[in-house]
Amino acid sequence: MSYPESYKYTKEHEWVHIEGDRATIGITDHAQHELGDIVFVDLPKPGSAVTKGQTFGSVESVKAVSDIYAPVSGEVTEANELLAKTPEQLNSDPHGAAWLIKVKLSPSNSETDSLMSAADYQNYVGAE
Amino acid sequence: MIKKVSRHIVQNEPLLFELSSPGKVGYQLPELDVPEVSAEKVLGAEHVRDDIEDFPEVSEFEVLRHFSRLSTWNYAIDLGLYPLGSCTMKYNPRVNELVARTEGLAWAHPYQPEELSQGCMEVIAALEQALAEITGMDAVTLQPAAGAHGEFTGILMIRALLETRGNPRKKILVPDSAHGTNPATATAIGYSVENIKSNDRGMVDLAVLERAVTEDVAGLMITNPNTVGVFEENIRKICGILHDKGALVYMDGANMNALVGVARPGDFGIDVMHLNLHKTFSTPHGGGGPGSGAVAVAKVLTPFLPSPRLKRVNDRWSWNYDLPQSIGRVRAFYGNYGVLVRALAYIMAHGGNGLRQATLDALLNANYLRKLLEPHYEIAYKAPSMHECVFSDDRQAKKGIRTGDIAKRLIDYGFHPYTVSFPLIVRGALMIEPTETEPKRELDLFADAMISIAKEIEENPELVRNAPHSTRTPRVDEVTAARKPIVRWKPESKASLSPAAD
Repeated sequence: MSYPESYKYTKEHEWVHIEGDRATIGITDHAQHELGDIVFVDLPKPGSAVTKGQTFGSVESVKAVSDIYAPVSGEVTEANELLAKTPEQLNSDPHGAAWLIKVKLSPSNSETDSLMSAADYQNYVGAE
Repeated sequence: MIKKVSRHIVQNEPLLFELSSPGKVGYQLPELDVPEVSAEKVLGAEHVRDDIEDFPEVSEFEVLRHFSRLSTWNYAIDLGLYPLGSCTMKYNPRVNELVARTEGLAWAHPYQPEELSQGCMEVIAALEQALAEITGMDAVTLQPAAGAHGEFTGILMIRALLETRGNPRKKILVPDSAHGTNPATATAIGYSVENIKSNDRGMVDLAVLERAVTEDVAGLMITNPNTVGVFEENIRKICGILHDKGALVYMDGANMNALVGVARPGDFGIDVMHLNLHKTFSTPHGGGGPGSGAVAVAKVLTPFLPSPRLKRVNDRWSWNYDLPQSIGRVRAFYGNYGVLVRALAYIMAHGGNGLRQATLDALLNANYLRKLLEPHYEIAYKAPSMHECVFSDDRQAKKGIRTGDIAKRLIDYGFHPYTVSFPLIVRGALMIEPTETEPKRELDLFADAMISIAKEIEENPELVRNAPHSTRTPRVDEVTAARKPIVRWKPESKASLSPAAD
């Protein structure tokens, strides 16, 4: 699966798609592949705050429970309800329908510099 | 027509609900020889329970056979190697059972007066003292019911101490190789958790740690040897970094089987730790317990130990409740007492030299297996192994076979699987801990099985991918079981489960 050029990526294998002051956050194809069959996704409620570098939820597979770290700071406007009933979507469409949360970015969000481009991320997971 | 017949005994055993026939009983009562009384009248109708729907009706012999058959399906340490890494599944010497059944100990009641409980109290005192000496700590509480409860008790004490210094602080640091219970414990006590990344040798990275330790950090929870079976060689420096900032160090004692009689956590700077008596000190484990999570503390934490504490006055033991700084009771009565008796029997039967020898044998066994398996499986870290060795499935993954598949195939060879996919920092981990009680012959048989599986993966990976083949039930669908769990059997499904359905 290819990594969309318009997304930014973290070392913890999250992606973020920033459009103006809004962002959509998910986990990468590499992450879902490493986790294996995903059985449960725990996400924050709309209205709660997420902080860059801090955990905001977790993804549970048959092997393990993994924390998800926020690539940016902001306020959650929507959590993907689809994943409550069909967590397996995260295995099949991690960069699309199985996004995790949408956030309204904090005003002072100049924090995206440390994130990786699609090409850098591909190198990163290739080397890992 | 000839009915289809399968082999008796090994066929799948029905549930008691499925064995039930209406009206069948396992008892016979004499005829009523007193006037019948209506329960509704005497107790009031609202207090009389209706019959339980679909309660199984079976004879005594059917019940006995049912459970006897199920019991033969168990795999146990008494049958063979139980290489479940991080769990220390060692033999429980039978003499411990004999000692625990000593009449005065087994029948003691927690409410019996102190003057009649002197022997029981002496056992607690002797075990506390022995564990304090083994860990190099100042005092021990035996109240916690198991390991995670011990962690909870230990972190509560850290918090209590920091509160007396004016600030309980905010964070607990946990290495990424830690047991999952560590972050859970810190969170339960109201601390936030920060992960500390391991370096490429599987150890805590000192530079990363140094950056993370701020005035907000209450403590570090560390396992040593850690979960990749490697001794944290910088443990003194690690403790120093925390202490310099007024923080404390908690040690998870899950892997204490690698240290007893050789190294003492109190000597390398640990402030508080728990011991899993059901792992290291050979009390029953894996049968649902009960466990015991004794907690040992350095002097600075002794005022905060759970109450009551034993005290000795005029050659008599008594309980001291006058402990103003104590975190209070963490469990009713005095811990899982029967387990404590077994642990003391184990320690006294071995003596200091025997305990040390057990540790050295545990290390020898793990390293022997490592040497045998290293040509066939990728060792996760080159650093020397302690009491367990951790491999990754990197080589087998190239054939599409993962650690879980190898574990299932191991069942076909008659062994209990090793620990699968833990620790998480190793991709596709195979975590193997043989313990000191395994003879060389058993280790060789296990290694032969593992090597044979490695060859099967080269030649016929499908055989491994679809394992196990020799069990009553083929590979179960763990994914669907987790995504769509059915947690209660319901009578409606009776028909579909009956043996004739195949």
